[in-house]
Amino acid sequence: MYGKLSLSAIPYHEPITIGAVGGAVLLGLVILGLITYYRKWTYLYKEWLTSLDHKKIGIMYIILALVMLLRGFSDAILMRAQQAVAAGGSYGFLSPDHFNQIFSAHGSIMIIFAAMPFLVGLMNIVVPQQIGARDVAFPFMNSLSLWLTTAGALLVMVSLGVGEFSQAGWSGYSPLTQIEYSPGTGVDYWIWSFQIAGIGSTLTGINFLVTIIKMRAPGMKAMRMPLFVWTTFLTMVLVVWAFPVLTAALAMLTLDRYVGMHFFSNTFGGNMMMYANLFWTWGHPEVYILILPAFGIFSEVVATLSKKRLFGYTSMVWATAAITVLSFSVWVHHFFTMGASPNVNLFFGIATMLIAIPTGVKTFNWLFTMYRGRIRFTTPMYWTLGAVVTFAIGGSSGVLLSIPSADYVLHNSLFLIGHFHNTIIPGAVFGLFAGYYYWFPKAVGFRLNENWGKRAFWCWLIGFYLAFIPLYVLGFMGMPRRMAYYATPTWHPYLLVAALGVAVIGLGILFQGIQLLVSIKERRALGDPTGDPWDGRTLEWMTSSPPAVYNFPKIPVVNEIDAFVDMKEEGVAYQRPDQYNDIEMPKNTPHGFIMGGLAFVFGFAMIWYIWWLAILAALGMLFTVIARSMDDDIHYVIPAAEVERIENERYRQLASVAK
Amino acid sequence: MMTTAASTIGIAHSEEVEHPDTLEMQTLGFWLYLMSDLIIFATLFATFTVLGRNYAGGPTGKELFELPYVMGETLLLLFSSVTYGLVMVAVHNGMKKWVLIGLAVTFLLGLGFVSMEINEFHGLIAEGHGPDRSAFLSSFFTLVGTHGTHVTFGLIWMAVMMGQVAGKGLTSPVQSRLMRLSMFWHFLDIVWIGIFSIVYLMGVM
Repeated sequence: MYGKLSLSAIPYHEPITIGAVGGAVLLGLVILGLITYYRKWTYLYKEWLTSLDHKKIGIMYIILALVMLLRGFSDAILMRAQQAVAAGGSYGFLSPDHFNQIFSAHGSIMIIFAAMPFLVGLMNIVVPQQIGARDVAFPFMNSLSLWLTTAGALLVMVSLGVGEFSQAGWSGYSPLTQIEYSPGTGVDYWIWSFQIAGIGSTLTGINFLVTIIKMRAPGMKAMRMPLFVWTTFLTMVLVVWAFPVLTAALAMLTLDRYVGMHFFSNTFGGNMMMYANLFWTWGHPEVYILILPAFGIFSEVVATLSKKRLFGYTSMVWATAAITVLSFSVWVHHFFTMGASPNVNLFFGIATMLIAIPTGVKTFNWLFTMYRGRIRFTTPMYWTLGAVVTFAIGGSSGVLLSIPSADYVLHNSLFLIGHFHNTIIPGAVFGLFAGYYYWFPKAVGFRLNENWGKRAFWCWLIGFYLAFIPLYVLGFMGMPRRMAYYATPTWHPYLLVAALGVAVIGLGILFQGIQLLVSIKERRALGDPTGDPWDGRTLEWMTSSPPAVYNFPKIPVVNEIDAFVDMKEEGVAYQRPDQYNDIEMPKNTPHGFIMGGLAFVFGFAMIWYIWWLAILAALGMLFTVIARSMDDDIHYVIPAAEVERIENERYRQLASVAK
Repeated sequence: MMTTAASTIGIAHSEEVEHPDTLEMQTLGFWLYLMSDLIIFATLFATFTVLGRNYAGGPTGKELFELPYVMGETLLLLFSSVTYGLVMVAVHNGMKKWVLIGLAVTFLLGLGFVSMEINEFHGLIAEGHGPDRSAFLSSFFTLVGTHGTHVTFGLIWMAVMMGQVAGKGLTSPVQSRLMRLSMFWHFLDIVWIGIFSIVYLMGVM
């Protein structure tokens, strides 16, 4: 009836875990209580949970990402604290089993449930506006993607209090993940959260590809698209190419575990290396999926805040395309040491080094854009500058690792951990923060407080260096990754510095939280009445902040790169149209939210072997899809008079900002 | 579509049709989904190629596969693609009755294919040659079974479409869905040709 599930699944005897669960449950109850107290359930349902508006979906993605970032960060705190004390003869305060779950959850959460939703959220808010469109190509599928991702995140969160998480790392290598070696529910939580979120990502990929190919404003030829649209496009190409490989690999691992098949087992003809090859065929493009949107953000921020057109637009596009293609040719560098011949390793080593070239092109183009520009040192620019400088170091350590003979010494050492954090954090995370600061006023209607933003930045930057540069040294000293405790005393001081670094980053996060609260309190003073707080260059700055639900009353016509700057120079940026038309928009629907909920139930039921519930949930999803397909009344019309009223209000606000 | 004369910078003419072609977008989006599905199949094919000779002391393809039987399955599926092609002709000519008949015939042919496949799987498992016997059999059952599962979902979709055609008639959304089902069905046919060749034909050589 309940499969493997019983009350013993709750970790009563683990104080740290139960404490975390208790805290999370308490926080959840407080939030639910506040919503009830302020009578916001109807508002929440009508305006957010059932919304198909890309701007709201984007905001919800970012909220999910920030929450999961905090969860992943608390994993990081635990790991650094453990390694700071578990030196010499001490075993620290975390058992090895618990430590294994923590590093596995940390990687899984940060990559799939923090970074991915963050970048998809920014794309959702920005891309349709940048191409002069009213929504994405498939608004319902957009909602579905959001709630599938949330279902996956929820599974990971639930694993803390009901059962356990995987101990096999975020990469889930076989044969450790086979049922004989990981008989508990941990690996299954990992599989199903990834699988469900992965479907959501694939659907997002399809959605944005069609959006960018088919819904650009008239005159916006490919080589006139903003760089963020280009990087979104190429990132989604990577998503649609790579995620199906993960889907298949996880499905085969699932069959190994559930039905006793022999894809990746070490008996009956299974091939463990097949898993590694398939996982990294997805896994390497995945890290480029994480970085390319950030590169797009840097291009936008650097151009706007240097008051100068991006240098080398054409080479930027080609460089991004080169990175996209090359990212599929390097996956073996994740396992140089696993027995491939020197010739195979040589090919992949050289291919890996080649990726540094287009990345270098992009870096120099950002620098040349800034050269002789009129730079405004606001928060997004801080994050961008800190990112470009620090990412270069991370990229260089990658080039070092790409030499197979060097990798034989450094593989799976803390040098590797240093390298990928040195690319993901300053590259992806700082980029996403820059985008968050840059586009926050557009999404919400007021800017974020600059002082707290800069304080947060310095804490993150200094904290990052303190936390990760010692790891490079430790790697050279021979310390492996994923160690719960160690005997070598010379490693200890470096790990203390790293722990201090995490504390400084924590201060930065605290400052970001304070910044949000202060900005909300001061939102009138920080308001953005024109919709163009940065004197922007691209079309999203033409809409109000926040935009009307339809974004543009009239689809703009584009003649140039940096279309909005062109319009401002020609004096036609805020031209009142002679007439307004009715606008058709997608209706809200609960079906996406329902599918997400059913997906969560399905995943949970599969994890705990509650077969009847899994079948019911699967049938429920099928019926929801069929029900949605029966509904042909999925649009509503905003009458021209209403559009005119909204736009008149906008022009009133623009006029009240005396120039 | 739009002029790019200087006088029209910024605002489209008010007579301009402002929503993009829904049918084109749905077709492109579905095509991209099919390509992602193709990559799933490609991964399964690659796995079959790598693991396909790992018999673990168990039976080989040569011992297990009955080509005449597989030929029967192939004919059913290929013919069902022909009948679906005729369905699309009927759709373009607005012939609702023939659409329903064509869908029903296609459905029966597809059902025949799936039944034969289930029968084949059942036979193998009953003799102890199930997917847990060896890596070869795991990859065989998964590759062929994934295809069969897709066909099954196609049959469910087809049944739903018969209901929609009967109930709503050949409206624009219904035609768009029939078009996508057509792409899905033909795609599965092509994948089957790959399976027939690489798994069965090459398996018995």
